Amino acid sequence: MQKEPLYGKTLNELKEIVKQHNLPGFTAGQIADWLYKKRAESIDSMTNLSKKARQLLSENFETGITLPSKVQESVDGTKKYLFPAHKQLFIEAAYIPEDNRKTLCISSQVGCKMGCLFCMTGKQGFQSQLTAGEILNQIRSIPESEELTNVVYMGMGEPLDNIEEVLKSLDILTSDWGYGWSPRRINVSTIGIVPAMRRFIEESEAHLAISLHTPFNEERQKLMPIEQVYSIEQVIETLREYDFGRQRRISFEYIMFEGINDTPAHVKGLTKLLNGIRCRINLIRFHPIPDSPLRGTPHKTMQWFCDQLNNKGITTTIRRSRGEDIYAACGLLSTKALLNDNKPKDF
Amino acid sequence: MPHTQRKKKNLYPSLVLGKKEIADGVFTIETEKKFSFIPGQVIALALNPEDEPRLYSIASGNEGKTLRILFDINPEGQLTPALSKCRIGDTVFVSEPFGKFIGTQEQAFWIATGTGIAPFISMLESGLAINKTLLHGARYISQFYFADKFEEAMHKNYLRFCTAEENNMVIHGRLTDYLKKQETLSPKIKYYLCGSAEMVVEVRDILINKGIPFNNIVAEIYF
Repeated sequence: MQKEPLYGKTLNELKEIVKQHNLPGFTAGQIADWLYKKRAESIDSMTNLSKKARQLLSENFETGITLPSKVQESVDGTKKYLFPAHKQLFIEAAYIPEDNRKTLCISSQVGCKMGCLFCMTGKQGFQSQLTAGEILNQIRSIPESEELTNVVYMGMGEPLDNIEEVLKSLDILTSDWGYGWSPRRINVSTIGIVPAMRRFIEESEAHLAISLHTPFNEERQKLMPIEQVYSIEQVIETLREYDFGRQRRISFEYIMFEGINDTPAHVKGLTKLLNGIRCRINLIRFHPIPDSPLRGTPHKTMQWFCDQLNNKGITTTIRRSRGEDIYAACGLLSTKALLNDNKPKDF
Repeated sequence: MPHTQRKKKNLYPSLVLGKKEIADGVFTIETEKKFSFIPGQVIALALNPEDEPRLYSIASGNEGKTLRILFDINPEGQLTPALSKCRIGDTVFVSEPFGKFIGTQEQAFWIATGTGIAPFISMLESGLAINKTLLHGARYISQFYFADKFEEAMHKNYLRFCTAEENNMVIHGRLTDYLKKQETLSPKIKYYLCGSAEMVVEVRDILINKGIPFNNIVAEIYF
């Protein structure tokens, strides 16, 4: 029988487990301490738990720590880690070292349901949600784990389409009983699933990044099917309802496509759409994917676009591409090649 | 940090007026129609006003007196197992219709898999089937929902692709193979896609490779 992983359980869930096993209530805190602070790899190594407690827990549970099965390193130092997930599936995480930041870009789903025109993950369709444990395991199990300064939920999948597990992972990452990270070191990216975005804003303190890519509704519908149900105007109106304070950051991701979203009209449209929102825009070079009708905007035009937005008072930067040679750059993560493609199709 | 109170989508009580299991584990539910809608739009639906609602394409014509949805049971889902057990006279909670996957009178292809047929039955029952070709993919013959209605209205422009079964009403095989063989797909008309992400991205790539501008591909994904 498959044992249930303890790693990825919140303190409340651990309290429930110890209660079900008739163990003292304080055991839950001890387990959390072993899992998230002392990096225990087995239940047996949780030596301040009674022998009986360890035995009882071991009958039904395991820690659930999974090491990466493969790593690729880019010429620029970026590393792409491959992790096995449940159901014989795989996910990827990208470790991006810089001078004074060490960022891990993590996945929240195997595949993605959102079908964005420019994204490689979308090409593999959707296979599975990740549990909070599988999300956090990417942080916990890379060799650079303890050097990390930042985590971004920008890998495979749409984090807010897996809101319960993403919120649980954030709870564990930022609670005193968990990893105790500042939420200001965490950035969660979404294409704007409005109801889940509200939950994220209210139940977490982490930064929020919105995949914008064009200020125009009809154009965005063609790039991102989500626009059919949650328009970018609705996303922006929702953001306006909240006070994000001075510390919590909203940013907009803007992949630049030549001749599509890099014109003066787009500068004007962005200025109008984001008027009054304290935010920044990250311009991202498009990394071409197979069968894509889109091409990346030349650097000179990106710089012009960036200057125009800065002149309009919107803090805008061009994000440096990292890990392109190992397909770890923005929009390129995919485990499609590892899927068992023999499953029956309905189309 | 102080936050404003979460504003949920407004949901309105609506009586269940009909329920049918139209295939194994696949249901239609008809409720009171409280708002007018444009065929292709969705509603948010919950069994209790406090629950997080889920989105469903409206699967009925805009002239009708009731509002119908189509769904299959997701055994791990929070709503559909319970929704499949609701009874006539129960109350469900629905939002105003919204969304921009909207049908028009212009010539177009409709492409769907499984319950992704829902917006297209709405368009058909709203009189938008003229000038349309519908490609519907499914594993089993029982999964061609509303087949009698499409057949009656669209005749030879209604093509069913069945991957796991055969009979003389369906084309045995994948609709993606059919599309790949087409040499005369017009780049000037719209292609409406509704279904799983996997289908949407694969069909979209085929269409783009056939010279269809991505501006003419309108996709709705189920999530």
